[in-house]
Amino acid sequence: MKAIYILCLRQLKRYVRSPARIIGSLGQPILFLVALGFGLRAMFARAGQGNYISFLSPGIISMAILFNAVFSGIEILWDRQFGFLKETLVAPVSRTEIVLGRMLGGAIVAFVQGLIVFVICLIAGFRIVSSTHVPLAIFFMFMIALLFAGIGTVFGSVLQDMQGFPLIMNFLIMPLFFFSGAIFAVAGLPRALKILLRLNPLSYGVDGLRGALINQFAFGLTTDLVVVTLLTALLLAIGSYFFSKIQL
Amino acid sequence: MGEMIVVQDLVKNYGEFCAVNHVSFTVPEGRIFGFLGPNGAGKTTTIKMLTTVLDPTSGSIRVNGHDPTRDQKQVRRSFGIVFQDPSLDDELTAYENMDLHGILYGVPRSERHKRIEALVDFVGLGERKKDLVKTYSGGMKRRLEVARALLHTPRILFLDEPTIGLDPQTRNHIWGYIQQLSKDEGVTVFFTTHYMDEADRVANEVAVIDHGKIVAQDTPAALKERTKCGNLEDAFIALTGHAIREEEANAVDRMRMMGRAWRGGGRR
Repeated sequence: MKAIYILCLRQLKRYVRSPARIIGSLGQPILFLVALGFGLRAMFARAGQGNYISFLSPGIISMAILFNAVFSGIEILWDRQFGFLKETLVAPVSRTEIVLGRMLGGAIVAFVQGLIVFVICLIAGFRIVSSTHVPLAIFFMFMIALLFAGIGTVFGSVLQDMQGFPLIMNFLIMPLFFFSGAIFAVAGLPRALKILLRLNPLSYGVDGLRGALINQFAFGLTTDLVVVTLLTALLLAIGSYFFSKIQL
Repeated sequence: MGEMIVVQDLVKNYGEFCAVNHVSFTVPEGRIFGFLGPNGAGKTTTIKMLTTVLDPTSGSIRVNGHDPTRDQKQVRRSFGIVFQDPSLDDELTAYENMDLHGILYGVPRSERHKRIEALVDFVGLGERKKDLVKTYSGGMKRRLEVARALLHTPRILFLDEPTIGLDPQTRNHIWGYIQQLSKDEGVTVFFTTHYMDEADRVANEVAVIDHGKIVAQDTPAALKERTKCGNLEDAFIALTGHAIREEEANAVDRMRMMGRAWRGGGRR
């Protein structure tokens, strides 16, 4: 248990000590929030859909969590390159403890980045409908963080070097974000896209978060809760499995 | 005194390629044992198997009486290791690196603090223990790694080319600490190096491995006598030949090269 704690703490320390990373990874969410949020606001309102910034904000918060969580898993590659991974792998602790500490630390970092983006969204004009559901929103944010820390861990364990990283960004992470309902509603989409959205784990996280904050569900709270919780447990297990297979 | 490392008929194959070919040797407790060989001879592969990170194809290993393939935790508690490549977290301070190691190895808090203080002083880093490791020179990092490897009072210390790329002053310091440790606490030392003068000076016994096979094992003096050479380097070449060995870079090596090119720095 102590191993989980200290490896988690290590990631938090690295995060706090790297302001460049904190600020750098806010760039993309802010860009999307400003360009899409303000760009499409008038059109959205004219179509009778209400406040687009409020609709978009849960999606942008999810995006920040998604990117940071996946990146925390890919950091395994960095630790491999700079050698620290070896130090942990020859220690008399199980790989499960090591990887749980890493995923937990990565998820907390991603979650905190999500909170910062949350505050930025509030400043940009995001209006929460019911503040009694904020704990539920926090739950969904943390689940998204854990889920994608698990996915990131799979890639961090399987990839041999950084060459594969752009591939994952362009062909997995960006599509996951665009086809999650983060920037548009599910209703009225072509059938193929609807199916794609249904298959995307992030869709349920975004929907749960949006539902909790502005009370607009596409799939329903129960579905979101069950799917997100089960997938998170599954991905943590899969991430641990791939990490246990790393050969030095 | 017992045998700290016993290796019998050890084999490691990578597909068709045989990296370690029926190797047997023993290292008595308290000795400083040099494991020498050209690049790609199987030194690091052997160390990986001794230290539980790689499973042998066949053969048996005992480290401090335990089998690395079955009693992983006991074996891991028995040894400290300084890897060929750096393995510190640059974004943490020296103290934090040590503390993290102590927690991973289950050193109790009260003892941990005292030992960290004593060890960073031992390797001459007491003044700098609160600095981030990324501000350290290559030699300082190496000394810290030696200190860290000793934190959990291991019975065996593995050193994989511990002095590579370091100046003579730092090399002397590092071997000084290690010899003192061996004398005062009876820690068994198993090291590899390409610096034959070092091996000659510090090792009680050396084994020479080439193409995955042990070609000689004896005291440095006996090896020199047997090959009728004045120094260990000539004896080493007499045993292993003049041909230059090519080693294939693995993915991590390639990535490290790339990182080095980007950062424009030296080895570490």
